[in-house]
Amino acid sequence: MTFARNLAIAVALGVAAYLLSISLSPFDNLRLASMAYYFVALAGLTVLTGLSGQISLGHGALMAVGAYTSAILISRDGWALVPALVAATVVTALVGVLVGVVSARLRGPYLAGATLAFAVGLPGLADKYPHAFGGENGLTVNPPIAPTSLGANFPLERWEAWIACGCALVTFVVLAGLARGRVGRSLRALRDDDVAAQLAGVDVGRLRVLAFVVSAGCAGLAGAAFVAVTQIAAPGAFQLALSLSLLTGIVLGGLGSLWGALWGAAALVLLPSWSDDIAHSLSLSGDVQANLPLAIYGVVLIGVIMAAPTGLQGLVRRLSHVVRGRLFKPEEESA
Amino acid sequence: MARFVDLTLNGVSNGMIYAAVALSLVLIWRATRIVNFAQGGMLMITTFIASSVIGSSGSYWLGFAVALASGLVLGAVVERLLIRRVADGPALNAVIVALGLLVLLQALAGMIWGGTPRSFEPAFSIRGYFIGGRHVLFGPMDSFTVLAVLGVAVLLWLLFQRTSIGLQMRASAFAPAVARLQGVRVGNMLTLGWALAALCGSLAGLLVAPAVFVGPNNFDPILVFGFTAAVIGGLDSPVGGVIGGLVLGLVLSYVAGYWGSAMVNLSALFVLIAVLMVRPEGLFATRAARRI
Amino acid sequence: MTRSIGRTALVASAAAGLVAFAGCGGGGGSSASAPGVTKTSVTIGSHQPLTGPAAPGYSEIAPASKAFFAYLNSQGGINGRKINYIYKDDGYNPTNTVNVVRQLVLQNKVFAIFNGLGTPTHTKVVPFLTAEKVPDLFVASGCPCWDDGGKQPETFGWQPSYQIEGKLLGNYIKQKFPGKKVGVFYQDDDFGQGGLAGLKEEISSQIVSAQSYQPGGTNVAPQITAIQKAGADILVDFTIPAYTAIGQLTAFKVGYKPQLVVSNVGIDPTTVGGLLKEFSKGKADTALIEGALTDSYLPPTTDLSNPWIALFKKIHDQYDAKAPFDGNVEYGMAAAYTFAQALKAAGSNPTRASLVAAVEKGGFTGPGVVPFRFSGSQHGGYAGVQIAQVKSGAITPIGPAQVTDPGNGPIKPYTTKQPDPASGGIVKP
Repeated sequence: MTFARNLAIAVALGVAAYLLSISLSPFDNLRLASMAYYFVALAGLTVLTGLSGQISLGHGALMAVGAYTSAILISRDGWALVPALVAATVVTALVGVLVGVVSARLRGPYLAGATLAFAVGLPGLADKYPHAFGGENGLTVNPPIAPTSLGANFPLERWEAWIACGCALVTFVVLAGLARGRVGRSLRALRDDDVAAQLAGVDVGRLRVLAFVVSAGCAGLAGAAFVAVTQIAAPGAFQLALSLSLLTGIVLGGLGSLWGALWGAAALVLLPSWSDDIAHSLSLSGDVQANLPLAIYGVVLIGVIMAAPTGLQGLVRRLSHVVRGRLFKPEEESA
Repeated sequence: MARFVDLTLNGVSNGMIYAAVALSLVLIWRATRIVNFAQGGMLMITTFIASSVIGSSGSYWLGFAVALASGLVLGAVVERLLIRRVADGPALNAVIVALGLLVLLQALAGMIWGGTPRSFEPAFSIRGYFIGGRHVLFGPMDSFTVLAVLGVAVLLWLLFQRTSIGLQMRASAFAPAVARLQGVRVGNMLTLGWALAALCGSLAGLLVAPAVFVGPNNFDPILVFGFTAAVIGGLDSPVGGVIGGLVLGLVLSYVAGYWGSAMVNLSALFVLIAVLMVRPEGLFATRAARRI
Repeated sequence: MTRSIGRTALVASAAAGLVAFAGCGGGGGSSASAPGVTKTSVTIGSHQPLTGPAAPGYSEIAPASKAFFAYLNSQGGINGRKINYIYKDDGYNPTNTVNVVRQLVLQNKVFAIFNGLGTPTHTKVVPFLTAEKVPDLFVASGCPCWDDGGKQPETFGWQPSYQIEGKLLGNYIKQKFPGKKVGVFYQDDDFGQGGLAGLKEEISSQIVSAQSYQPGGTNVAPQITAIQKAGADILVDFTIPAYTAIGQLTAFKVGYKPQLVVSNVGIDPTTVGGLLKEFSKGKADTALIEGALTDSYLPPTTDLSNPWIALFKKIHDQYDAKAPFDGNVEYGMAAAYTFAQALKAAGSNPTRASLVAAVEKGGFTGPGVVPFRFSGSQHGGYAGVQIAQVKSGAITPIGPAQVTDPGNGPIKPYTTKQPDPASGGIVKP
């Protein structure tokens, strides 16, 4: 029953994405694609941090693992797109096993510190092994070619949006099922009181690792989708700032919620471009103009969290309760 | 052998900078249980202020004093205006607010002082001492760095262990409700904790600025390694912060010297994992009875 | 069921609204072969690091180019068209580079991309620009990789490639310092590796130590002391200005005083002197790089008797006065001049194809002291450099201009003098 419901929601979202993709300009399709791959990463991260309570500052590096895996397979070994996406997910999930096992004993800021060191250290491998990873320049892949059944002039950007949205939908269905099922309940129990959970028979250590594996797999898929959309895999794209952005995204959007991941993904793509537009519409001196988008970004971050401590999804939920309160009886639910 | 000595000295002076940043992070953690990602931004602002004061007044020590004072003020203001509002909520909210503050501070610095890094005067000569027929990789400025950071660490230890204010601060962090009942002004203690932490950060900025120059992004690597050092040493322990800084500084120096610069960041990870595998709460974690 | 579908619809329409709202943007329309060109204007775009760790120095280049175009526009522009230059911040992050370049081409509909800055950033947009047939002129990077007219027909370099630079510096060292030990301190990317490769073509046997640094790292003492320990009498720096300065501070710390040789990328005395100012106390800011050998392909910014410098200074004072008048500003203006030449040569009704053809035809002369390597197959940029030295804090040419290729080709002197600015018919000084 739950699975059918999630599938229905996914279909509805898929239809919405389809309609968007055929009406948006090429550049806006790229933005849609960016939101989609951010959603994949954020969904995994929100399961890890929101549901199982483990902070990771290293998911940007996990995205890099997925990105490089798919870039190498596609450009060097000639793999097709879908097998490369799957392989990237699997490889990153395996790295997630390693990270999860190492992290299982760590809590709070210690886990944050370890994952931060991971995020800062991993890009160095690209410089240490330039033959394999292309050094500072990274790797480039050819743009994905739409199947001929779609027509000869199918716009590249729309195809990229479809690929990314496809990954997002799959992620949604899988994680929604996970979150509502037994695993999700056990994760929440683990987050809220791990001693009690252990007493109730939950295998705490294994569950922690599982959460890491799931979130790593998502990050890997997001990285592979990133490569499909941008055609690049370079160390400059996966710096610490990316990991911090991902964390920002799940908190802004609403921790522990897949809808929150969606809001977060939209915010991560739209907020910088809005602050850019605002800055350009005012004509200011060079230094002020160049830094204004960043200043706006910082202010919005602080402002939103202070005004909406449960994130944008929390706001939406409050709004919908108010609206529904006028129409139906208020119901208890967890998203 | 000479190379080993040089690398060791280099590691010690770098390590002390990481220790200073680690101390400020430890202080904030002990006071409010928050990881302050904005620390790098705050110390960058105070160093810029120092640079402007030194430039207009010509006096290094005046700028030094103003930097420390503005650190105190900045830390207090940030705690009162921002952190106070989010400290009671989910832990991650404070982290995101700190990140937002970091971005905002870097942008403001870029607007006020421009993005071009500036030269910063060292307190003492940077030329290495002449020992054994050559200049070693350690000079008066490095001695000042080591002594200043150790001095601050000792002063903080004395404050926490030997004074009433320190006791109140510790009580406010561990058991705020009980402390309030005892008449401790918990809110003021939290503000004081942030102010002192920002002071440590300002010191770190002043000590490292000659070597990395003063710019909106120039202190980012120092913060990352400072945080790593704090985690290695144990976020609860100022002594741990200093030892963690030293260990990290030494390891990174040896790695850069014997293995190559590309592996430096990754070795920080290895050191961290190695320590946390054995002691998941850092080298000097307080083994207080906590929930496992 | 209703509830979640209803919520889904809400989300979907909100998302659509958000995306559509954010997506407003237009490009001035024109024809298919010449987007960005109207009867009165030409629109070009660029990606630049305006913020972030790579911004220092480089953030001055695009405003300087814009200032030059503003001056040109005040005189009527090129063939009656004003040049409209849009440059966007990518923060030196290739993801942003891809995004802003796609935005410039797809949304702003620029005629060409001009002076895109950085190797790790620009290499990521070349496939897109090649596929879309957008002219990609005068990349702001010395990577030899732009010089590939066969596979990258739209892309052209501008500054001398790092490998050519290394080769010519190495050749000079071979002649003036035969047999002396050489140490190399270089950035661990295309810039440093290219320079090292060029050096090795000439003085491989003299190099006793080559140490790299990661841009962003703060500790270079292990590298400098390793070079000192190897006994190098000459230190070659393929570094950006910050690391030239840090390297020299470390050398000063350990009393190491080799003959310094620095790439043109890292020697600008205004920038490096600014970083060393507080260590100089009474002595010249540039004391630690005084006497350093370097190379240049443009006249020194301190030579106000040179008509190009006089022109650039006049434009700078009028349109870009807040920036220091240093090598970055000169770079921006000189590159802008080359673009103006290309646009003029593209004819009174320029198309993207005619622009590219005009550059391949080549023959541009201007502020550069050497010619360009532009032809059907060569898309390389300046063909050589002139050896120079920092004397009294100013870059002073000390040898003849020389040209060569990145490979095993011979090194030939180039003696043709620079033309006068007015003679090109582009700008009235």
